[in-house]
Amino acid sequence: MIKRSPLVLGNKSLKDVTDDICAPVERFPSRGWIGLFLGAKTLLLFYIGILAAVVGIGIGLLGVNSPVFWGTMIVTFVFWIGIGHAGTLISAVLFLFRQKWRTSVARTAEAMTVFAVMTAGLFPLLHTGRPWLDYWLFPYPNQRGPLWVNFRSPLLWDVFAVSTYATVSMVFWYIGLVPDFATIKDRAKNALRRKVYGALSLGWRGTAKNWSHYEMVYLILAGLSTPLVLSVHTIVSFDFAVSNLPGWHTTIFPPYFVAGAIFSGFAMVVTLMTLVRIGFPEFKNYVTLDHMEVMNKIIMTTGMLVGYAYASEFFIAWYSGNQYERFVFINRAFGPYGWAYWTMVSCNVLIPQLFWFKKMRRSIPVMFVVSIFVNIGMWFERFVITVTSLHRDFLPSSWGMYAWSWFDTGVLVGSFGMFLTLFLLYLRLFPAISIAEVKPVLHVGYDEKGGHH
Amino acid sequence: MAQYTKGIAGIWTDEHLILKAARKTREAGFTKFEAISAYPVHGMEEACGIKRSWIPYVTFVSGFVGMILGLLLTWWTSAVDWAVNVGGKPFFSLPAFIPIIFELTILFAALCSVAALFYACKIPRIDPPNIDPDLSCHKFAIFIPFNDVGYDESKIEKMFKEMGATEVKKTEY
Repeated sequence: MIKRSPLVLGNKSLKDVTDDICAPVERFPSRGWIGLFLGAKTLLLFYIGILAAVVGIGIGLLGVNSPVFWGTMIVTFVFWIGIGHAGTLISAVLFLFRQKWRTSVARTAEAMTVFAVMTAGLFPLLHTGRPWLDYWLFPYPNQRGPLWVNFRSPLLWDVFAVSTYATVSMVFWYIGLVPDFATIKDRAKNALRRKVYGALSLGWRGTAKNWSHYEMVYLILAGLSTPLVLSVHTIVSFDFAVSNLPGWHTTIFPPYFVAGAIFSGFAMVVTLMTLVRIGFPEFKNYVTLDHMEVMNKIIMTTGMLVGYAYASEFFIAWYSGNQYERFVFINRAFGPYGWAYWTMVSCNVLIPQLFWFKKMRRSIPVMFVVSIFVNIGMWFERFVITVTSLHRDFLPSSWGMYAWSWFDTGVLVGSFGMFLTLFLLYLRLFPAISIAEVKPVLHVGYDEKGGHH
Repeated sequence: MAQYTKGIAGIWTDEHLILKAARKTREAGFTKFEAISAYPVHGMEEACGIKRSWIPYVTFVSGFVGMILGLLLTWWTSAVDWAVNVGGKPFFSLPAFIPIIFELTILFAALCSVAALFYACKIPRIDPPNIDPDLSCHKFAIFIPFNDVGYDESKIEKMFKEMGATEVKKTEY
């Protein structure tokens, strides 16, 4: 029989688990946390300023122009939505596959999903240019006919997909949190804390009958989230693939986008988890090196899937015999945006190859750096797809470049301020590992006497 | 409050003992007892004789309703109420409506399942009585309400103690 290594190190008792995971919520925040939070919050304020300018003065502050009408907003939207997908993959798909190692990472990954989707959701809303009219995106009875939305448009599918995804992932996340809120409430010594977490816990009591329903709903939500998460990035890829533009109009897009989303999301989970492990040393027994190694393996696998997609796109461009398609791809790699293309290939395909070596997979500094490169590479992937397909139009007279302005930089960098502020608040206020889910897997990898296998 | 019932509760600190205790309590003929734990204990449903949850039926029906509503919405708005010719496509372009229908199916199924969970567990509930604050941490309890068949405080107390309960107390739940 293959030996299983323990999922939770340190022979913890049930009480230890509760104490460890509740500790960051109950103690005064560390200096490191305060420092990071002030930094993130300042970045968020800067972001609000930038967005206010973009809304108040106009979308023209960004580099969008003819023929590149889609720019940073769309690129960064796809980037953040993609990051969100790893959270659902860990919390729902791995749950259905009964991967018990997911338990200690699922909560934080799911939180990442919720915050990444929030960050992403702003972009298409602002990219409309007149965000105060965004309610037009929803089909509601109106006095203009009623003139309904165009259900044949992939952009409208996106409205439904992203809003459903945001709703269902938030509900899934919250349902997972309810029993842990009850735990914090029961431990609370402070009346206000007791009230707040008591309200959040909805009066959960944990009777066997309740658990039976609860586990069923958790399974159902996992089962619903799985096709949902695949549909969301499929539909995001339809935003491109359903058009007739060479470089976008490819059937490979849905699986290619989903693989890329998982890839970038896992990279973000690794980035965040390495930091969480440094900030909250007690979590090292729960999010062990084994967990990190498994995620690095997934990063390498999906990285190669994405690399395969890059290669097959090129092959099909040549094989199709369509001269426009060929031109777009040759221009992509060797045209004026060749640097972006090769940044993408090296970050996404070459650098993750380091993970063939066990030493690299298990080294915290190495995985941190690699995950940052993957994040950069995946942002460039969306940039390459969006901008290089647009900038050399069918008519050479209308060729142009994306006029990157410092507002573009502000939007991209500022969005991290929003994400990190939310994430840091989450780490302080919510139990960052699922207490009720870790307890049943405590014994995994230990024999009857409590020793290792 | 009136909705809570008085009864007697035993408290355990071991997962194996609570499983045995739950089984014995059921074998002793009690039907309305509750077993309380901080996490779903494996095998507790069998021990307490709890039937499989009925929530999947709600999921199925609400998902189906969501699907029909999505179909009706896209069909009625695009082909009946104000039909607009978009690029020569049919008014009722079913393949293009599938993403919308699918998302509404998932949305309805998920939200209704959660609503069913709230109903089944009677949450949200304000400040329910708490037998022991450690029950959401590392202790386990069995609670037998006074109106259960064959309720006899001294007998139950003896039974709980025999099964390894560390504490037995009269309480409300």
